[in-house]
Formats: sequence, structure tokens, C-alpha cells
Amino acid sequence: MNFTFSKRARTLSMALIVLGAAAMLVGIIGDHTDHHQRTWANLLVNAFFFLGISLGALFFYSLQNATETAWSVLVKRVYEGVMAWLPIGAIVLVVVLLAGSMGLHHIYHWMDKRVFDPTNLEHFDPIIAGKKAFLNLPFFWVRTLVYLAVFILFARWFRKKSLELDQLSGDSLVRNHLLIYRRSALFLVFFAVFSTTLAWDWLMSIDTHWFSTLYGWYVFSGMWVSAMVTGVVMVLYLKRKGYLPQVNNSHIHDMGKWVFASSFLWSYLYFSQFMLIWYSNIPEEVTYFMARIDHHPVLLWTVFFINFAVPMVLLMSRDAKRNPRFLIGVGAVIFIGHWLDVILMVMPGALGHHFHHIGLLEVGMFTLFVGAFMTVVLKALTQAPLTPVNHPYLEESVHHQI
Amino acid sequence: MANKVIYAVYEDPEQLKDGARKLVSNGIKVKDVFSPFPVHGIDPIIGIKRTRLGIVSFMFGITGTCLALLGIWYFNIFDWPMNIGGKPSQALYKNLPAFIPVTFEFTVLCAAHGMAITYLIRNKTLPGMPARNPDPRSTDDKFIIEVRTAENHGHSAEAITGLLRETPVFEINERQY
Repeated sequence: MNFTFSKRARTLSMALIVLGAAAMLVGIIGDHTDHHQRTWANLLVNAFFFLGISLGALFFYSLQNATETAWSVLVKRVYEGVMAWLPIGAIVLVVVLLAGSMGLHHIYHWMDKRVFDPTNLEHFDPIIAGKKAFLNLPFFWVRTLVYLAVFILFARWFRKKSLELDQLSGDSLVRNHLLIYRRSALFLVFFAVFSTTLAWDWLMSIDTHWFSTLYGWYVFSGMWVSAMVTGVVMVLYLKRKGYLPQVNNSHIHDMGKWVFASSFLWSYLYFSQFMLIWYSNIPEEVTYFMARIDHHPVLLWTVFFINFAVPMVLLMSRDAKRNPRFLIGVGAVIFIGHWLDVILMVMPGALGHHFHHIGLLEVGMFTLFVGAFMTVVLKALTQAPLTPVNHPYLEESVHHQI
Repeated sequence: MANKVIYAVYEDPEQLKDGARKLVSNGIKVKDVFSPFPVHGIDPIIGIKRTRLGIVSFMFGITGTCLALLGIWYFNIFDWPMNIGGKPSQALYKNLPAFIPVTFEFTVLCAAHGMAITYLIRNKTLPGMPARNPDPRSTDDKFIIEVRTAENHGHSAEAITGLLRETPVFEINERQY
């Protein structure tokens, strides 16, 4: 059965886009930072956050293929739908990075050529100059385009093959399934490297002086949680609308477990990074947390509380993970928590003391992106049967019971 | 009427589930099932209540967290104040990040051991405890349903075995007790 993008959902996402755009415009008019830095930084936050959801979905999707997981076969179309945002997210991100490269904003200090010039006494920065081998525009763009190309190509290929499976049966079905299995494993190898380096390039290089080896995993775990939350909320929405009739409580329970588990992964990595830096107390390392704990303690503790304590306490019991209403509520809270996490990664570095609080601009642009994301993903869901027609593990997934 | 215990022996877990379903749908209470490995989905059929092991594990975990924090507070803050990482802030909450790894590990240790030992005690399978399975073959390749006539007053032993014979049962043993 194909999903139809109901009129109500269409109106809702359109309303989100319009309201968000209006609030955003008011916010942009009120943005008096140099070069409209706050607007650009917001665009980066949302570009990365929503691209990260798609990447998390793509990662989870290939993880399911590479491990030949059976239970998730029934919900794989939902993740394919989330992956449909990938090209759009990539375009928005490229716009932000391109604007930075052309000097339209100064989120990335190292994009300014003057910091590398020792004769320029005013702007020369020996620490950034020491990183020139990695942080220079040509190499940066090669990396960025390679990541995005690899992600988009794999996502398109997975989607194409998944639709092909629906038409196949017998030997060719199994052969194609095994091909997807091998390609997924290959993708995971790419993703293992790129998920860390893209975090260095797009986010860590904002705080150019600072570095952390755990940062890539921390960013990756945030993407993963956001994708798991998005997945389970979408499945619950579709179920409530009468789609995905074969998805039972056990599937929901498993998806809830993923939200719970990946939240713990995030907390673990977040704390590991913080604890080591706090403990060693080396000036060049603590700058990152000084800027955040000293100036934005409420935001920092809110992020940690929402993304760690909320899923731990509220999603620990089995009943909680099997209760759709409850899961949607907790999922929405965690979703916003991870958006705030990206805000916290970007804003203090990009705006410094010009970042005071989350205002109309932030909320408006987030709402706009949520609306656009919903439109794209739901539209992608209408294009194929929601329940896969053919898959070697389809039968096993239908009978999933834990 | 002497109380009898009936053992229905099956060769396959699916057949055992069918047999159990048949008995339960006829209003017969199944005392227990013995199998070489956990039979998926048997619990709701024979009406076993949901395990409370998770709650036990949580309580052991919380106990571990509290004990660890209490211990660290006593050793490193109260009894012999330590200068941690150049931060001579003598308060538990100020040095908390340094204590989290130990607390975490101790929580896991208590939760895991507490859960495992509780499980063994509750199952009466601590090392050295006498085996309670009625038939040694249930540890190898047979799946056994136990029904007691004392718990099924409305049904005679003959009626129960008759029902069992309608399922692909391997053999039926009866014992007095």
C-alpha cells in the first residue's frame, strides 16, 4: 500500500514553512551581527542537523543490510524516505560553505587567507597557519564534495536497488540482496572515515584553535540518535494513519531500544570528551568548554539533561518503549535536544560573545526546516509501497516477536 | 483419585507450542515446560507472568551507584581529601566528573552480578543445587510439557492424555506423586 500525503499533513508542513519563514525574516531583520553572521550560523546549524538525520538514516540502513537484520525490513522504506532529504541538505550546506569561502561570513576563521600570512601582523595566526596542510580551501572542497558525492550516490543506489527487489523473486532476489549486503558493508567503511572527518571539517574547524579526537564520534552519535528518533516517530505516525499494518509492538519496542541505546552512546561519548578535557585542564583544550560552560551554562546543562537523563529515565522500562503516545512525546523532546546540541557546537564558536540566547531567528529557521524536511520525506514515502513487496527476510520481519 | 503428573514429550519446539496451545485452549493449566533451550513465545501461551528481573537489575544498579558514590565521598573527600587533577575543590559535586567512571563501572558490576545471582537463585540452579527436570532428555533434544491433575480438577488424566494424543506428541509418561 502506498502512502498518500494527506491534505492535513500537507497543510501542517506548509504552515510550518510559512510560520517559520515569517519568524525567520523578523529574526534576520533583527540580526545586527557583522556579515549577518548569526543568520549564516543558523543556516549551518539546520543544514547540518537535518543532513545529519539523513546521514544517520543512511548509516542505520546500511548497518541493517550489512548485518542482514531481519526485523527492520518492514520499516526500511521509512529510512529510505528520510534519506531523500540528503541532496537538499547537501545543497544548503554547500551554500553555507561556499558563502564562507567567498568571505560572505566569517564562521570559519581559517577561510580568511590573511591568517596564514606571516607578514600580516594584524591577522596572522600561527596556530591556524600550522594547520594549513589540512585546513586550506582546495583540499577542504575536495573533501566536502567527496563526502557528499559518496553519500548521495550510495543513497540513490540503495533506493534504486530496494525498489528493484520488489520486482524480483527466487535466485535473482537473493543475488541482489547479497549485492546490497556487500555494498552496505563497503559504505560503512567509507562512513567510518567520513563521519569523523566531516565533523572536523564542517564543525570542529569553527573553533579552529581547538581540537578533540573524540569529536567525530560525538557528532556521529548525535546524528544517529536524531535519525533513530525520526524513524520511530515516523513509523508511529504512519501506523496511526493506518499504514504499515504488519509493524507490531515488537518492532516499535526495538526502535525504542535504538533511541535508548544511541542516546546512551551519545551521553557516553559526550561525557568522555568532557571528562578528559576537564581532568587534564590544558589551556588549549579547555577553551571549547570554557566558552560553553561559562557563557551558556543553561543551554549546556539543558542539552545534557534532555539527551541523557530524559531517555535514560523515561525509556528504560519496556512499557514505555511499547507505548506509542509516550514514545512520540519523548522522541520529540530528544529531537529538539539534539538540535540544541548542534546549536551548542556551532554558535559559541561562530558568534562568540554575540550569541546570547535562542531567539526568533533560531526557532523560525528550525520550524522552516522541519516543515521542508517533512514535505520532502513524506513525498518520498508516497513514491513506493510502504511495506516492501519482496525481500528475503520480509517473512521473518512480519513474524518479529520479542 | 490419586494425583498424577503427566509429561508430554515432543521432538520439536513448534510442536510443543501447538500442544501447549491445545491444552490451554481446553482450559487445562500447564504446570511447566522443560526444554534444552529457551522456546520463543512459550511464556504467554502457558501464562507465565512477565519477568521482574529487569526491576531487580535496576535496584542492584541503583544500589551500586549509591555505594560507589558513598565510598568515593568517604575515601577521597571526607576521610582523606585528595587534590584531583589540580582541582583542590573539596566537594563531591565539584569533583564528580572524575568519579563517574568508577561509579559507572560499579553500577554495571552490581547490576550484572545481582541480576545473574538472583536469576540462579530464583531458578534454583545455583551450582550444586539438585536438578529438577523430570527427564534428562529435556537437556538434550526433547521438549516436555508437565501437567498436574491436582491443578486440573475438571479434567481426568485420560481426558488430558487424549487431548495430547491429538497433537504430534512423541511419548506420554504418567507418574504418581
